[in-house]
Amino acid sequence: MAYTEEELKKELETKEYEYGFYTDIESETFPVGLNEKIVTAISKKKNEPQWMTSWRLDAYRAWLKMDEPDWANVNYKKPDFQAISYYSAPKKQDKYKSLDEVDPELLETFNKLGISIDEQKKLSGVAMDIVIDSVSVATTFRDTLAKKGIIFCPISEAIKDHPELVKKYIGSIIPSTDNYYAALNSAVFSDGSFCYIPKGVKCPMELSTYFRINQGGTGQFERTLVIADEGSYVSYLEGCTAPSRDENQLHAAVVELIAHDNAEIKYSTVQNWYPGNKEGKGGVYNFVTKRGICHNNSKISWTQVETGSAVTWKYPSCILKGDNSIGEFYSIAVTNNFQQADTGTKMIHIGKNTRSTIISKGISAGKSQNSYRGLVQVNSRAHNARNFSQCDSLLMGNECGAHTFPYIEAKNNSAQIEHEATTSKIGEDQIFYCNQRGIDNEKAIALIVNGFSKEVLNKLPMEFAVEAQKLLEISLEGSVG
Amino acid sequence: MLTIENLHAAVDGKSILKGVDLDVKAGEIHAIMGPNGSGKSTLASVIAGNEVYEMTKGNLLLNGEDINELDAEERAHKGVFMSFQYPVEIPGVSVTNFIKTAINSSRKAQGLEDMPASEMLKKIRQKAALLEIDTKFLSRSLNEGFSGGEKKRNEIFQMAMLEPKLSILDETDSGLDIDALKIVANGVNKLRNKNNAVIIITHYQRLLNYIAPDFVHVLHNGKIVKSGTKDLAHELEAKGYDWVKQESS
Repeated sequence: MAYTEEELKKELETKEYEYGFYTDIESETFPVGLNEKIVTAISKKKNEPQWMTSWRLDAYRAWLKMDEPDWANVNYKKPDFQAISYYSAPKKQDKYKSLDEVDPELLETFNKLGISIDEQKKLSGVAMDIVIDSVSVATTFRDTLAKKGIIFCPISEAIKDHPELVKKYIGSIIPSTDNYYAALNSAVFSDGSFCYIPKGVKCPMELSTYFRINQGGTGQFERTLVIADEGSYVSYLEGCTAPSRDENQLHAAVVELIAHDNAEIKYSTVQNWYPGNKEGKGGVYNFVTKRGICHNNSKISWTQVETGSAVTWKYPSCILKGDNSIGEFYSIAVTNNFQQADTGTKMIHIGKNTRSTIISKGISAGKSQNSYRGLVQVNSRAHNARNFSQCDSLLMGNECGAHTFPYIEAKNNSAQIEHEATTSKIGEDQIFYCNQRGIDNEKAIALIVNGFSKEVLNKLPMEFAVEAQKLLEISLEGSVG
Repeated sequence: MLTIENLHAAVDGKSILKGVDLDVKAGEIHAIMGPNGSGKSTLASVIAGNEVYEMTKGNLLLNGEDINELDAEERAHKGVFMSFQYPVEIPGVSVTNFIKTAINSSRKAQGLEDMPASEMLKKIRQKAALLEIDTKFLSRSLNEGFSGGEKKRNEIFQMAMLEPKLSILDETDSGLDIDALKIVANGVNKLRNKNNAVIIITHYQRLLNYIAPDFVHVLHNGKIVKSGTKDLAHELEAKGYDWVKQESS
């Protein structure tokens, strides 16, 4: 068969969402709606101290006065925030002490997600925290980490066990009034992960959190806080999935990173929330605020592979406050069918000799819209700041769109800022060339897409690079499974 | 090996091949020559299964088996290889990764496991040495930034790795200087054996100075109008295509 645009498009339409199962676990879910009572109830449910409850209520009150942003290049029906339940948890009050206590249905879910906790333990040496709906259900490897003084636990526990750390850092990078969704998250977040690496400690394994929305009609609002103290190092990965549902589910997360002097944080995301069906019905609204601060000689590196969600609004950013600090952003964003993504980064150069690198790869298929939006800001005292940005778009078919919105604000004459952008299309001639060598259409597309994304895939930790590569193939290849 | 019977083909409704007959046996090298627009490249593409070209009439038989309805990749699995006149670039995909994917795709179609990495590596080294290719070249992105000569050499390298039964070299000499031409021709000569066959599509006879064909055919206006031995190529060189055009009209 010849590979025409028509056929290419048709094939892409048949994509199936692999993780669209629902686990029948008994859940405790709050009634829908949002008011001060609900906010207080969430806080009470988590046995939080008073200062946390007040912090949430302040955020809620600020949120009431804010407007949902509409500057992004996305179109969607604004969620009815009174129609969402803000707390859902697999029923069973206590945190599991060992895997034996975990609901077998839940364990089955992990297997379907391709995470056998046991295997994770043995093979990859990845410590993992798993958050289903709103609650963290299993954290592995805690003892091993504790010996090094590393704290890796659900944030709800950190609020109780390490209040001094949480109080000091939460909202310090992303104030609760930062933006509409961050304010909402600050008011209603129910769990997430907390990680603290003490001075001079190199975290010996990848830390990982797996997020999943399970219950219908709920939103997920997780909060992640990673603190790398002076001279420490940590590599952190988060993965996300959700069942296929007709209605749109809301995910509004906040991630704050703090890299103290000489520290390094590598934060990788593989986002595969349900993207909606091929008519554009359902799917997750992914409105996420991620930001990190770099002190002297420190480094924060964001790597993201975004293949899911109906609408994505996300700009993992770096505030390069310290001298000689480094910010990096490596991104692959895939949109298919009716998906819309507006994603990119902000690099704020404040310190001297700060450097940032932005590599963004957008892949659009079907009728999707894929936008890169990035800001490079060099403040007046940021001498010798350097930035390199590269934004590449790959288009499949004639009905999708790729957009690039780069913003540059330089207030220091010594700044060197480079921006490169390319747009290409998978051509019939490329497909035929592969076919002639015995490579079928699906494999050919996978090969071309992986080649296009290679610079970013290379930045992922080894085990996850393989997973991400597979995800790219599933997202674009039709019936491959 | 390959039997072409009364082949008609069109592109965008325009008839290009108007009844081509050809019989290529194992161990033979056939050259197909002809002026621009005579349908040479169309013939190569139709044999390879590029369905931008519509086969409107006739038969393609590979070792007696009708391959008319087979997809390009299925033909490739059966041992058909085409060296492209304009090889495409695939950024980010190394020559090695590409060739590995190609070999394992064919193996999969034949019900075989992936080729073990050690075997693959050995084969790559062997073939690279045979074609005097620097192995550093193999880590580069496929055809990206390659010179004309490198592209064609890469095509012949893939041919060496895939060990096809039937190879079609479409204008392999175009864009090559004399040194590159010699290297490519040498490669083809080294890969030639009694079990495979080669069809060389060319406008000029200069490649035939280095690869000696058993038969030479002249394509004009979508038909083979003259067939002969190597001498025919020399005659064409001397007299030009007008000679054949006049004779056939």
